[in-house]
Amino acid sequence: MGRSAPGGVLRLLTCGSVDDGKSTLIGRLLHDTQLIMEDTLVSLARDSRKHGTTGEEIDFALLLDGLEAEREQGITIDVAYRFFETPARKFIVADTPGHEQYTRNMATGASTADLGIVLVDARKGLLPQTRRHSLILSLLGIRHVVLAVNKMDLVDHDEAVFRQIVADYQATAAGLGFAGITPIPMAARAGANVAAPASAMPWYDGPTLLQHLEQVDIGADSDGQPLRFPVQWVNRPNADFRGFAGTLASGRIAVGDPVVVARSGASSTVARIVTADADVAEAEAGEAVTLVLADEIDVSRGDLLVPPQARPDVAQQFAANLLWLHEDALIPGRPYHLRAGPFTCLASVTQLKHRIDVTSGEPRPARTLAMNEIGLANLDSAAPLAFDPYAENRQTGGFILVDRFTNQTVGAGMIVHPLRRAANIHLQAMAVGQAQRSVLKGHQPAVLWFTGLSGSGKSTIASAVEARLAALGCHTYALDGDNIRHGLNRDLGFTDADRVENIRRIGEVARLMADAGLITTCSFISPFQAERQLARELVGGDRFLEIFVDAPIELCMARDPKGLYAKAKAGEIRNFTGFDSPYERPHAPDILIKADEESVDQAVERILATLRAREIIA
Amino acid sequence: MVILPPSIEDYARRFQPAAGGVRHQRSAPLSPHLARLEAESIHILREVAAEFRNPVMLYSIGKDSTVMLHLALKAFWPARPPFPLLHIDSLWEFQAMGSFRDDLRDALGIDIRVHVNEAGRARNLSPFVHGSALHTEVMRTEGLLQALNQGRFDAAIGGGRRDEEKSRAKERIFSHRDANQGWDPRNQRPELWNMFNTRLGPNESMRVFPLSNWTELDIWRYIAEEAIPVVPLYFAAERPTVVRDDVLLMVDDDRLPLAPGEQPEMRRIRFRTLGCYPLTGAVESDAATLPEVVAEMAAARTSERQGRVIDHDEAGSMEKKKRQGYF
Repeated sequence: MGRSAPGGVLRLLTCGSVDDGKSTLIGRLLHDTQLIMEDTLVSLARDSRKHGTTGEEIDFALLLDGLEAEREQGITIDVAYRFFETPARKFIVADTPGHEQYTRNMATGASTADLGIVLVDARKGLLPQTRRHSLILSLLGIRHVVLAVNKMDLVDHDEAVFRQIVADYQATAAGLGFAGITPIPMAARAGANVAAPASAMPWYDGPTLLQHLEQVDIGADSDGQPLRFPVQWVNRPNADFRGFAGTLASGRIAVGDPVVVARSGASSTVARIVTADADVAEAEAGEAVTLVLADEIDVSRGDLLVPPQARPDVAQQFAANLLWLHEDALIPGRPYHLRAGPFTCLASVTQLKHRIDVTSGEPRPARTLAMNEIGLANLDSAAPLAFDPYAENRQTGGFILVDRFTNQTVGAGMIVHPLRRAANIHLQAMAVGQAQRSVLKGHQPAVLWFTGLSGSGKSTIASAVEARLAALGCHTYALDGDNIRHGLNRDLGFTDADRVENIRRIGEVARLMADAGLITTCSFISPFQAERQLARELVGGDRFLEIFVDAPIELCMARDPKGLYAKAKAGEIRNFTGFDSPYERPHAPDILIKADEESVDQAVERILATLRAREIIA
Repeated sequence: MVILPPSIEDYARRFQPAAGGVRHQRSAPLSPHLARLEAESIHILREVAAEFRNPVMLYSIGKDSTVMLHLALKAFWPARPPFPLLHIDSLWEFQAMGSFRDDLRDALGIDIRVHVNEAGRARNLSPFVHGSALHTEVMRTEGLLQALNQGRFDAAIGGGRRDEEKSRAKERIFSHRDANQGWDPRNQRPELWNMFNTRLGPNESMRVFPLSNWTELDIWRYIAEEAIPVVPLYFAAERPTVVRDDVLLMVDDDRLPLAPGEQPEMRRIRFRTLGCYPLTGAVESDAATLPEVVAEMAAARTSERQGRVIDHDEAGSMEKKKRQGYF
């Protein structure tokens, strides 16, 4: 948050590959600033003999590898936060893992850090992970890097080795936008050039790591940025007081300043800046205050108060660098909860432009992002989002994505720029509305969405329902999986991402059919709950009926009307639902049909009864 | 920095300006790094108030809890904290803690609820007779889970700090608990920037730690600079003591079993942490004022948990307790 002038707090993180000695380095810093307590040292000495890799010496890495499982495996698997201070500064250290599949933890540590320490083993030189970690530091907006060339004692304190690694790193870090790279040769286990100068390296006359950390002026990344005040909580204890509580993400604010609500454009001026100590005349980035405005304007949680002459972008379409954090890969088209400061709405990736090869930095074509992968994506949010490019403001340019069903944090985004194409597309209001079309047809529109395994009987039941409706004089249309895949969706395959896009397009078509006043049957395996939910939202909940044709897979395989299960068994078809691709059962379908217990006629009667009960047909 | 904390009555008047109270007059602005920690904690508390249906703040009466309450009073000013406080009473806490809690509740007019595990009370559970592990399990862990379930709280704010103990150093600020209140250290949600994922499934809950980035020394400097009252046991005084297993215990009531002929010995002691008196070791000290306590902390060469009997039981004991739902 906010500024970190010399003095105050410096937040840093360490990154490097397994065995580069990160935890040892931090253990050393804590020890040499006398932050390891005596009783901790006693248990550390005991643990060193039991788990350590240093013989009878104290293994400082054990100090940081907190969780039991990690001690057994001998690697750090999560972010640990450590604290130490000198008379000059207080330090918060994120110790982040070097193990390749835990890139997400490094990004977590980097998101709040001012400075990154990149560790390199002097014997090994730069590794692919060195480049990867530096790229992540750069993407997360870190400008100050210490290149810690460690284990110099194991290369005879050879200056040439150090110089070569520094030259290699400067070449690899070119273009990553670091404002400063400070190389320091050290031997962390012995403490050389950590807090104390190393007598074995007289050729090095630069600062020790600790001296550098105490002196480095990192400025604040929001220095010079205009006011950004995300409203966190509306404080309304009684009818006489209405304040907007929040923390200044950047800039300054003073009583009398004009402000506007970024999304609505509503404007007012600051009447009071309230804190529990006293009202203050002004506040700056990082301060948590409560603003009272001069006018009664509509402001709520998630709004961004900004100066009228320096407004952020407001858009529903934008491009962002996306880091994927979860084992379940990104699915373009699937809506996720987007959280940017206190603002939340649904958002989906409309186009994945490319993945970034984090070792070479080169763009690569991609349909999805797996855990720890980074890509450039276009996103579409359900509501307009007020933001700044992440490179200008880390506080108002970042967001997280949360899965709607597991509630896991699955992605982290850094906005690059808004997409202008959205600005000129406005919905056209039509002269004839859906209500009028319904009157002409004599029934309400509806979408009957049949979901279930291949061979469960979806299409058979849907077809019978449509025949009955046509006989009753209803206007109908049928959308069927195989037919659609021969036309509109013939460019799509059967990967998870393609399945999502398949259902999104069908949902859009079904919505058009419903707007036209038709009763539309849709028969699609539609294996994922998220996409069935998406189709429901596209169509509108009151005219969408989810009909789950529940048939045991043994029954479907026995029926196998298209011979597909046989082919899947023979290995000729991959990603076949129920076989080697999952089917997520609906939790609460509008109608549940037990295919092994009721006949097609019984199922049709129950569906028609539901349509009458919901007053869709008479 | 003040020499001694204010009285609870004077402190409470700071938050009642309408009744003619006087806000804290500070001789110098809050230290920059404390100001930054304070702002971060206030941000976290406001997130809890905005995002959860029914939050509660765990109040243990100790220094960290009392700082947390102070931060809540500031975060929502001029409104009152929009959640109740909850104290899990083990029935074995220092007597001075109970009276401090009640005085603070009365003076501030805030909702502090007290929960006791009645099953434990009925069994007359004693750490001296039944051991510290069982006592803590029943009166603290079980008592806490009972109270959280009965209150149907979806977020519990606690005073845990990452510098306290190794497994805490890796805990999130918003730490997810499953429907059984369990913690899975392998399945923690990544926390980026200051954007917290507050979403919960049915019956799940969140533990929230607004003091995550504070150290013990930060807490004491903040108490001194903000003039916050704390239980007097944190300051050195002559008190009756006995030694048990190398731990200096204060004889707080007559439930402490004495050997035949044993007499408690008067020593000048204070406490770095407070809890159940049979489980909380004292330190010999002359630090009787806030500046003296801060100076002692700045020079401290042992960690504050050394005085807690619970942590010595076995390696990894705190992580095991946390997985089971302990705070």
